[in-house]
Amino acid sequence: MIYESSILAVTIFLAFVGFTLGLSFWLGGKAKSSEGYFAAHGQIPWFVNGIAFAGDYLSAASFLGICGMIAFYGYDGFLYSIGYLAGWIVALFVVAEPMKRLGRFTFADALDSQFNSKGIKLAAGISTLVVSVFYLIPQMVGAGALVTPLLGFPQWVGVVMVGAVVILIVVTAGMLSTTWVQFLKGALLVVFSAILTWMILQRGFKVEKGGNDGHEFQTFRITTDDLTNGDGKVGSLEKVDVVPADNGWEKFDKKYVRLQNRETQLITVWMMKELTEKDGPNLELTEVQTLSKAKDGTIFVNGQKKGDKKGEPELFAVGHVVELPDGKTETGPLSAIDFFRTLQQSKVVLWRNEKVVHADKTETTVYYPKITTGAEVLRPGEHPTFKGIRSEKMFDKVNFLSLMLALFCGTASLPHILIRYYTVKDASSARKSTIVGITSIGLFYVLTLYLGLGAMTSGTLDVSEENMAAPLLAKGMNTWLFAAISAIAFTTVLGTVSGLILAAAGAVTHDLLGSAFGVKMTDTEKVRVAKMSSVVVGAIAIVLGILFQKMNPTFLVGWAFSVAASANLPSLVMILFWPKVTKQGIVAAIVVGMVSSMTWILLSGEAYSKVYGLDAAAAIVPFSQPGILTIPLGFLTLVVVSLLTTGRQQTAA
Amino acid sequence: MNSRNSRNGLILFAVYLLFYGGFVFINAFDPASMERTPIAGLNLAVLYGFGLIIGAVVLSAIYGVLCGDASGNSSASDQQEPKA
Repeated sequence: MIYESSILAVTIFLAFVGFTLGLSFWLGGKAKSSEGYFAAHGQIPWFVNGIAFAGDYLSAASFLGICGMIAFYGYDGFLYSIGYLAGWIVALFVVAEPMKRLGRFTFADALDSQFNSKGIKLAAGISTLVVSVFYLIPQMVGAGALVTPLLGFPQWVGVVMVGAVVILIVVTAGMLSTTWVQFLKGALLVVFSAILTWMILQRGFKVEKGGNDGHEFQTFRITTDDLTNGDGKVGSLEKVDVVPADNGWEKFDKKYVRLQNRETQLITVWMMKELTEKDGPNLELTEVQTLSKAKDGTIFVNGQKKGDKKGEPELFAVGHVVELPDGKTETGPLSAIDFFRTLQQSKVVLWRNEKVVHADKTETTVYYPKITTGAEVLRPGEHPTFKGIRSEKMFDKVNFLSLMLALFCGTASLPHILIRYYTVKDASSARKSTIVGITSIGLFYVLTLYLGLGAMTSGTLDVSEENMAAPLLAKGMNTWLFAAISAIAFTTVLGTVSGLILAAAGAVTHDLLGSAFGVKMTDTEKVRVAKMSSVVVGAIAIVLGILFQKMNPTFLVGWAFSVAASANLPSLVMILFWPKVTKQGIVAAIVVGMVSSMTWILLSGEAYSKVYGLDAAAAIVPFSQPGILTIPLGFLTLVVVSLLTTGRQQTAA
Repeated sequence: MNSRNSRNGLILFAVYLLFYGGFVFINAFDPASMERTPIAGLNLAVLYGFGLIIGAVVLSAIYGVLCGDASGNSSASDQQEPKA
C-alpha cells in the first residue's frame, strides 16, 4: 500500500513524542548518581511502578505483533496474549519479593547475594546482554512498522529514528525518567485501546466485497474452453489472452492462470478452483494480488509499477466479512459477547500467500483470498507457528508445548522486567506494583482479541504488512485516533527499548566491568560508562532491527523468552528454594541454558527458512522452540553441578 | 521472604499452573473440544482464554489480600536488611 503522511497525524505525533522527550530530559536532570541512574533511588511509588510494568511489557510485540497475527490468522495471536500474561503469575508468586530483597541494581546482584562470585556476575551479565539484544530486535522491527503508515517513511528510517531517539533518552536520562514515561504510556495505551475496542463494537460487522479503498474483488465462473478458444473473452473480461505458464508459473499451472489485456498488455493473475457441478461452468476464477521486485529494485504490484502517491498502482486494502448469520448485511452495534457470537456464525475473507520463483531468482508473491468460517477464525491452530495444535506429528505438538512453556517461564526472567523491582522501596511495594501491572496488562490482553478481529473485518489491512494491522485499523476509524494510538505505541516502543538498553548498560557497567573484571570506577565514571554502553547497544539494535524487518515481532519475542527462561529462570528459582545451590551450579546453569537455547534456535527450521532463506526441512533440530528441553536442562545442570561442588565449597569455607 | 507469603504464593502458583496446563494440553491433544460452544454461543477457546487472563488478575488480587496483614512486617524487615 502507499503510505502518505497526514499533517494532523504528524502534528499530534510530534507533540506527544516531544512532550515525552521533554519529560525525560527534565527528570533525567534529577538522577545524576548511579543509584539514581539505574534504580531511580528506589523511590518510585508502587502504583506508578505497576503501570510502568505495563508500559515496559506492552511493547511493539504485544500491540503490533499480536494484533497483526489475530487480524491475519484469528485466535492464534491470542495464545501469545495468554502466555505473556500467565508469565506474570511466575513473576508475582515466585520471584517479585525475593528479587527485591536480594538485589540492588541488576538481577545478577540477587543471584550473587550469598556468594560474592565474579563468575556469577560474568555469566549473569552476559546473559542479560544476550537476552536484551534478542528482545530489542522485535521492538525495533515494530518501531519501523509504526513509522511507515504515519510518516510515510520506509521502514528502515523508522528503525533508525527510534534508535537515535532512544539513545538520546538513555544518555540524557535514566531509570527515573524511563519509569515516569512508561507510566504515562502504559496508562494511555490501555485507555486508547479500550476506546478503539468500543468503536469496533459500535461499528459491528457489515458484508462487503472488498476493502475500504472501494476496490471490489472479482470472482466469476467459466468453462475450461473459455481459456483455450482464443476469442479473447474470459468470464466478464474482454480482450484478454491466456499467458502460458512458464518462468516459475508452471509449478502452479493448476492453481493460477495469468491473463494479458490485448490493449494495455497488463497481466493479471487469477486463482482457479474446479467446480463439481456437472452442467455449465466448471471453473471459478478469483482475483488475487501480486507483488514482485525486479533485479533493479523496481517493485510491481498486480502487474504494474508500484506508485508512490494516492491513485497510483498499489496493493488493494483487504479484510472484509462476506456472510453474516441469518442473511443479514449489517449488524449495527454489538455487545462484547455478541461480537464473538456473531463472528462465530459468519464468513470472512482471510489472505494467504505463496512465492513463485522465476528463472532469474527474483520472486513474485501471490496473495490469494481464502473464505474462512468464523468458527475456524475463533479456534487455535491456523498460524504456521501453532500448526502443532492440528498436526498429527508429535514433534509439531512438542513445538507448541515448548513455546507455551517458554512464554510461561520467560516473563519472570526478562532483565528489563527484573530491574524494575529495584525502583520501588521494599518487597511489599514490589508485590503491589506487580499486582497493578498484572491487572492493567490483563485488561490490555483481553482487548487484543477485539482489536485483532476488528482489524480483520475493517477493510484496512495491507496484505504485505501483517505488523501494520492495528495502526491501519485506527487509521480507518479516525485520523485523530490513529495519530494518538501511533504516537502512544511509538513512544511505548521508545520506552521498552530504553528499558532494555538500560538493563544491558547496567549489566556491562555493574556486572561485567565493575564486578567480574574488577574495574574500579567512581560514581560519575559508572554513569559515563553506562551511557557509552547504551550507545553501542543502541547501534547494534538499529542494525538488527533493519535486518529482521520482515519477521513478526511476536515470533521474535518467543525466541527471546526461550533464551531468557532457559538461561535465567533455573538459577532464580533454585536460589530461592534449594539451600544446596553453589556458585558453580549457578554459573553452569546460566551458561548451559543460554548456549543450548541459542544454539537450538539458530539450528531450527524457523531460523533456516526465515533468517537464512534455506529449506526448513534441512534443519538439524526436529522442532523450533527449545524451551521444553533447555529449561529443564538448566535446572538439571544446576542441581548436578551444585551437588558435585557442594563438598568443595564446604571444604573451602 | 516472609514464609506465609511464600507459601500462599506457591499454592496460588500451583492452582494457576494447573489451569494453564489444562488449556495447553487440551489444545495440543484434543483441539476439537476448543471449537465447542458450551455457553452463550462462545467457543471453549474464547471462554478458557478469557478465563486464564481474568483468572490471573483475580488470583493476584487474592494474593494481595492474603499478604495484606503481613505487608507491614515485610516492609519493616526489608528496610532493616542490609543490601547485597
